[in-house]
Amino acid sequence: MHSLPDHYGTLMALWTGVPALILLMTWHLLEAPVIDYLLIAQLPAEIQAADSAQIQLAISKVYNLASSSGLTADPSLMPAVEHLAALNERTAILNSGIALSLCLVCFVITYRRIQPKLRARTEMESIVNLLLLSSSGIAVLTTVGILASVLFEAWMFFQQISPIDFLFGTTWSPQVALRADQSGSSGSFGAVPLFAGTLLISLIAMVIAVPIGLMAAIYLSEYASSSVRKYAKPALEVLAGIPTVVYGFFAALTVAPFIRMLGTDLGLEVSSESALAAGLVMGVMIIPFVSSLSDDVINAVPQSMRDGSYGLGATKNETIRQVIIPAALPGIVGAVMLAVSRAIGETMIVAMAAGLAANLTANPLDSVTTVTVQIVTLLVGDQEFDSPKTLAAFALGLVLFLVTLILNFVALKIVQKYREQYD
Amino acid sequence: MTDSKTTNSNTLTESKNMKPTQLTTRQKVELSLSRRRAAETRFRMYGMASVFFGMLCLVVLFTDIASKGTAAFKQTSLKTEIFLDSSYLGLTKDSKVDEVRFANFEGLIKRQFAKNFKPSGRKETRELFKLLANPEVLDTTISIELLMDDDVDQWFKHDRDLSTDETNDRLSTKQLSWLNNWVEEGRLDTHFNTLFFTNGDSREPELAGIHGAIKGTLLTLMVTLLLSFPIGVAAAIYLEEFAPRNRMTEIVEININNLAAVPSIIFGLLGMAIFINVFGVSRSTPLLGGLVLTLMTLPTIIISARAAIKSVPPSIREAAYGLGASKNQVVFHHVLPLAMPGMLTGTILGMAQALGETAPLLMIGMVAFVVDVPGFINDPSTVLPVQIFLWSDSPERAFMERTSGAILVLLSFLVLMNTTAVILRRRLERRW
Repeated sequence: MHSLPDHYGTLMALWTGVPALILLMTWHLLEAPVIDYLLIAQLPAEIQAADSAQIQLAISKVYNLASSSGLTADPSLMPAVEHLAALNERTAILNSGIALSLCLVCFVITYRRIQPKLRARTEMESIVNLLLLSSSGIAVLTTVGILASVLFEAWMFFQQISPIDFLFGTTWSPQVALRADQSGSSGSFGAVPLFAGTLLISLIAMVIAVPIGLMAAIYLSEYASSSVRKYAKPALEVLAGIPTVVYGFFAALTVAPFIRMLGTDLGLEVSSESALAAGLVMGVMIIPFVSSLSDDVINAVPQSMRDGSYGLGATKNETIRQVIIPAALPGIVGAVMLAVSRAIGETMIVAMAAGLAANLTANPLDSVTTVTVQIVTLLVGDQEFDSPKTLAAFALGLVLFLVTLILNFVALKIVQKYREQYD
Repeated sequence: MTDSKTTNSNTLTESKNMKPTQLTTRQKVELSLSRRRAAETRFRMYGMASVFFGMLCLVVLFTDIASKGTAAFKQTSLKTEIFLDSSYLGLTKDSKVDEVRFANFEGLIKRQFAKNFKPSGRKETRELFKLLANPEVLDTTISIELLMDDDVDQWFKHDRDLSTDETNDRLSTKQLSWLNNWVEEGRLDTHFNTLFFTNGDSREPELAGIHGAIKGTLLTLMVTLLLSFPIGVAAAIYLEEFAPRNRMTEIVEININNLAAVPSIIFGLLGMAIFINVFGVSRSTPLLGGLVLTLMTLPTIIISARAAIKSVPPSIREAAYGLGASKNQVVFHHVLPLAMPGMLTGTILGMAQALGETAPLLMIGMVAFVVDVPGFINDPSTVLPVQIFLWSDSPERAFMERTSGAILVLLSFLVLMNTTAVILRRRLERRW
């Protein structure tokens, strides 16, 4: 017997359900753009001739008119509104009609194919495998989607602002004035202060996280008794599980005022949104990240190396400093790189505790802004989609994505390569 | 210890007989021993201090937020008597429900307090309306509890014991004297703040609640779970069991590992550019939030599901093959059930990550001020972390309290999920 009865049944079910489901999904994804396209054809000629922003505006007006009848209607838009109502009615019927008939057709075809000869199991399994394959394809599609969206918008941005000005300019003031004759009308997009701010905050975070995380990992893996380890390790990892918005709140309302008070007592001028507060809290957040990754690599150093060192009369800390750390160094470097990429991409802590002023400074008591904060401020709220202000966020996103991607890629390679050595 | 000390002194006496500059290796080692031991202790202390520092941060964080937030679960109200004046309300015993609903209860309360104090309106109106479902109470005096304004609430809960000299910039001296009177009469009291759990967002701190945010969070997580669990498990099965070992598979694997470390805000950009602008999914909805969070948690789930599949020993597979099972039957009938606890644990941890995520949701419009509680996945809504972010921006002191309260609720959800994951792992996971 090549197939069991339930193989035939499953095959039927798959053939009946899957094609219709795929049709419904693609339909829903494509519905909005297609309707938009059809509506544009119905708009008055002078709007159609205008630029894309005006077309967008008109389209959204049409949607509003169609959904609520009480609004005062612009007569030139009425054909489009009526067309939209008709379209909506038609798509609903078309959609379910086509899906149902597809179900029916597939059912009949498969039903007629069911014979003892039919290798139902093989066929069913290849369909299932195809579904599994497409699931793993989604991860790849996500990357492609990220790259496509960020690259496309960034490219539009670089058509208006030169990449040189963006990457090397030192003034960041993205506010574009509404009228051309206002002062500061152009807006300047030199991202250097943002990069500097991001690096400053990440550096402060690393100064906290790397020594403490590393020492904690060494203590827990080499010194601590197994019962201490059993409780201390998960407790440290709780720090990594706390939502970043909670850290942000803590940084903005507890740490920042505390540092300000301390600074004032010492006679220093401390900004209420100092880089130090955001960096400190971010460092605490990253401690478990560094410690658990370094813990893994330290544990991967074979016991024979420790025994050899002890045999030569080295003390525990000499063994750790001169044998284990050098042996684990590539892995630790990898862990630190991953932590840096985490710090650069962290958003909520800096959005809540760091400022918006794009100062180019190395003073940790001053207020700085970061790439992620600017992405959030530029994109939160309503905005027209093709102004340089909005597009700048995508250009920043592109830089952020590339930098973290390179860091992650290199770090993962290092960690992997190192693990294989002792396996 | 005693042993080493005696040898130490022996060698020292020996060395006196020799030329003092020429030390043997043994002597050099012994002379350096105390320094090396001190270094050892120091190093150990650094390690302990690091672990201790981590714990300390955790404790400080929790106590800080708990001390700020517990007061949010209490709300001050004023016990007062009110005369339901039928002529003022314009109602008779035969009035219809709609007339009762629109009767001027607020005016009645205001009149009662005449030039006195202004408590905020809505809740007491509703209470009065409830009373009037039974029209018999018209023209009688009833006792109700009036919800107090956030400034009064803060004063009553925190500053009451301060001397009156310390000026309260929110309340005037006159207002403070009334309040003190009420306190002496025992009419001001705090109750459990049910409104905090039953109301949506509001501009008035005393009326703002997290019901809408919690509902939005649950809907968003539901979408995320329904999408990311099946897709993640399917992808893991494919990569672990079926994928040919070639360049393509390697690229997919590297890709997934990298995606797990991409900053979450990038997923927000993706959601904005692709889901909103290309596919026209409407902004601020749990559906959109769920889609974005699915893409974000997928790598985590795939990685943990693969680890779970890997931990199923080959003997199980071989036994199944030996009984004539096909590759798919081996995977779906034997490997998958055995790997399921591990997969579930990974999924819960992924969901916990999604629950705490804020940044990508800011990009896709979930920061909108939403008063209504969302009904389904296509209603505009906000989620708990975003609500925390929004409230933390508000200047009122009462909102800070509520922010901490909301954080406590969020943290307890997280604790619940993580404990479930740990219990699941302990109970179900087998060691082979």
